[in-house]
Amino acid sequence: MSHQLLTDLSIFILSLLVGFEVISKVPATLHTPLMSAANSIHGIVLAGAMLTAAQAHSNLGYVLAFFAMMFAGMNVAGGYKVTDRMLKMFKRRPANTAKPAEQITPAEVRP
Amino acid sequence: MSTIQTIVDLIYLLAAALFVMGLHLMNSPATARKGSQFSVVGMVLAICATLAYLIDAGGVTTTGWVVLSVGFAIGTLVGLRSADKVKMTDIPQLVSIFNAVGGGAAALVALTDFVHDKNLHVAAIGPTPAVATALDVLIGAVTFTGSIIAAGKLQGLISGSPIIIPGSKIINTILTVVGVGSAAFLFTGAVNTNVLILLLVAALLFGITLVLPIGGADMPVVISLLNAFTGTAVAMAGFVIDSSALIIAGALVGASGTILTKLMADAMNRSIPNIMIGGFGQGDTAAVAAGAVSGNIKQLSADDAAIQLSYAQKVIFVPGYGLAAAQAQRELKDLSQLLEDRGVEVLFAIHPVAGRMPGHMNVLLAEVDVPYTQLYEMEAANLEFPTADVALVIGANDVINPAARRPGNAISGMPILDVDKAKNVIVIKRSMGQGYAGIDNELYLDEKTSMFFADGKKGLASISAAVRELVTD
Repeated sequence: MSHQLLTDLSIFILSLLVGFEVISKVPATLHTPLMSAANSIHGIVLAGAMLTAAQAHSNLGYVLAFFAMMFAGMNVAGGYKVTDRMLKMFKRRPANTAKPAEQITPAEVRP
Repeated sequence: MSTIQTIVDLIYLLAAALFVMGLHLMNSPATARKGSQFSVVGMVLAICATLAYLIDAGGVTTTGWVVLSVGFAIGTLVGLRSADKVKMTDIPQLVSIFNAVGGGAAALVALTDFVHDKNLHVAAIGPTPAVATALDVLIGAVTFTGSIIAAGKLQGLISGSPIIIPGSKIINTILTVVGVGSAAFLFTGAVNTNVLILLLVAALLFGITLVLPIGGADMPVVISLLNAFTGTAVAMAGFVIDSSALIIAGALVGASGTILTKLMADAMNRSIPNIMIGGFGQGDTAAVAAGAVSGNIKQLSADDAAIQLSYAQKVIFVPGYGLAAAQAQRELKDLSQLLEDRGVEVLFAIHPVAGRMPGHMNVLLAEVDVPYTQLYEMEAANLEFPTADVALVIGANDVINPAARRPGNAISGMPILDVDKAKNVIVIKRSMGQGYAGIDNELYLDEKTSMFFADGKKGLASISAAVRELVTD
């Protein structure tokens, strides 16, 4: 096993574990924005597309690179935009309305 | 390593840290938006660093730059436009499409890299890139077509009911053999384009045959699973081109998709293989048995419902898949506002699989300005039902069926909302038809349950109208 592979594998496994740890704390209320945010994060494939596209020197290479850039661009820009649109909608109860507000315990402070 | 290369790698590390911090901030709705912004900053940094690296390293042809920028510009415009226009009820389709393009881009990264090696007449590639290339193409291509089919089903372009292709078992076996065989051949490091194309085609077809037989109500699980696939494909692309940024980001997404898949499958009380094989109760048995509910069904009018709700102290709304399908969230908010103005305590109990993807119902209700403090997850909601005067069920069925507590039926052991613990239950439903599991719901026969037969949207609107008319102080 090469040194490079060992490093890459370590990074992969540790990132998986960090991912499990961080994401298991996200409340069900936010699962749709979470998936959308995760979607935007895998838009980092754009960086990969740029690096490989730079090596393209044949027509086939250019065509593949073009689609890779288009897909990745759509993924990253659209993903972040729609995540933000959703998260903007999640609001607290406005303080002045709703008389019985103090009786309601927010869902997120419950165990 | 040049100075630029070192700086670029450090920026990648910073970007990865920002992704993790961003996801961490999503643990509460109050900070989630900030989390998403952290993630955006990380992404912009990573992309600028990559650009700087390319300029510094040189060697990109003019055509190369044109291809890069035109591809990126078109993709970005399409992405932004669809993100701007999409209706909140259609979010699952859009997420599916982003899964598709993400997986597709990951597969293309490996393909481009492979073509490059081929052009350089590399005789054989090392074992790591060889395995990663094969896996990336395999997973990326399956995700690409699978997600497109899933989006088509969600959009209603393809029938939402399970589609069983004749001879599908044989087709799937052939595709698996071809896919695994060609992948194994590529593992040896051989730079053989024909075998790679064979793998690509088998994987693309497999994505289609994988998702077609899955029923519409199982979509939350399928989207989550495809999300996990995309993450894995991106991580594999990272192995191919030796990029830690891609490996980290891909692993994070893989973890997120896996957790959501598990949560959704648990909430439906089904194993993932069982869902992938498709057909709960095989679809058509449900229609045959539909008339089987007998016993005393109590019906009530909009006026009765209005009076019960208006004079209650505490009301719990239970919106389900049917509410999302009828797009009745605005009518629900309207009714809740009317009741709250009268001093009734109103909360919303959300089952994990309500809606068409994980957490979808919460987004729909947030869109119509229901504060997130009023949205209760299953465990929290179940503590509230015993003290509720009325539980109003709109378009939910299997997730409130008390039969789940007993062994020996299709939904035994499925976690449910304890609607039957409320003092009174009102169910808005079009007919006595069964839910996805194809079994009767004994809650409808309970003496404290009253049925209000109506379409979710019209039913809610008529109850609101009755509240306005009848109960003026």
